[in-house]
Amino acid sequence: MSEILLKIDGKEVKAREGMTVLEAAQRAGISIPTLCHHEKLEPYGACRLCIVEIDMRGWKKLVVSCLYPVAQDLVVTTKSEKINRIRKMIVELLLAHAPDAFDLQDLAREYGADRDRFEKESSFCIHCGLCVRYCAEVKKKHAVGFVNRGANREISFIPEVASKECWNCKECFPLCPTEALQAAYVLTEALMSHTRQ
Amino acid sequence: MDKERIDQIIDKHHSDPSSLIQILLDIQAEHHWLPKEALEQISERLQVPMTRVQHIATFYKAFSLVPKGRHQIHICMGTACHVRGASRVLDTVEGLTGIKPGETDLDLKFSLETVNCLGCCALGPVLEIDGKTHGKMAPVQTADVLKNYD
Ligand code: SF4
Ligand code: FES
Ligand code: FES
Repeated sequence: MSEILLKIDGKEVKAREGMTVLEAAQRAGISIPTLCHHEKLEPYGACRLCIVEIDMRGWKKLVVSCLYPVAQDLVVTTKSEKINRIRKMIVELLLAHAPDAFDLQDLAREYGADRDRFEKESSFCIHCGLCVRYCAEVKKKHAVGFVNRGANREISFIPEVASKECWNCKECFPLCPTEALQAAYVLTEALMSHTRQ
Repeated sequence: MDKERIDQIIDKHHSDPSSLIQILLDIQAEHHWLPKEALEQISERLQVPMTRVQHIATFYKAFSLVPKGRHQIHICMGTACHVRGASRVLDTVEGLTGIKPGETDLDLKFSLETVNCLGCCALGPVLEIDGKTHGKMAPVQTADVLKNYD
């Protein structure tokens, strides 16, 4: 596989073809904030927090680093006033949905995001898809999935699958950046035991 | 809807997972809604996880996961129909059927929805039942039209 040379934050970085900018940066010890990325899962690009600016022979563009493939001579900037402003906005929008999520509060501190900038619409889930994808891709159980769409999208456990698989697994719980996943499971559990009676 | 009929529909699409939406549409068209048992049967036959079937069935407005009546009433509440008295048509239908928009009556005869412009404003106020358009509706005509359905 051919080697690719690119520059991230002024540092020469070696990468392999097919890698994403995020992977290349992480390998070079450059940290980029992420919420929906997980090394065991297919790239998803939902949270947009990993946004960076690329420069291809003078042509500048904002891209999400967890999806964007490396290319020879690519120049990447992972931190700048502009990028930080975008990340701040993303965190503020997410905080409207999950105001008490610890991960978001940490990010808010880092980027100076105002927790109360947008009116609260606490749905708790920020649609990162980690739980859904982990269950499907790693565990291959498909116990939890998304239902509905747009602002009403939420996760939902399939009770018949959940009652068999989830109690002994729960590996998705620590992945959730908010408490939404656990809450949904507890609810499903309650409904299951209710119907069993 | 019985299991055999659902099997027939799935067979017609050669149990092809990429025909999932088409299969759901066929069942929706025939049965007016998608019972959970049907979704499970599809999931099993197509070897598509239930999470995916559910995701699609809840994504598109064309699908309903709750029982729908035999006849779908759509009342236009668009601007043109509104100024020509759509709310009186809606009141009449609500009164005669006993249901509000988004609901279905207990006999599963009618389901009621409102829409914003059916694209034939000159005919307003417009009422559509099972895809057939009834224009220039006043309360009396509305009642007459509803009588034709059972
Ligand atoms: S429940 Fe948590 S892990 Fe699952 S999609 Fe929502 S925020 Fe992500
Ligand atoms: S980590 Fe890249 S979009 Fe979420
Ligand atoms: S407003 Fe009713 S058809 Fe256009």
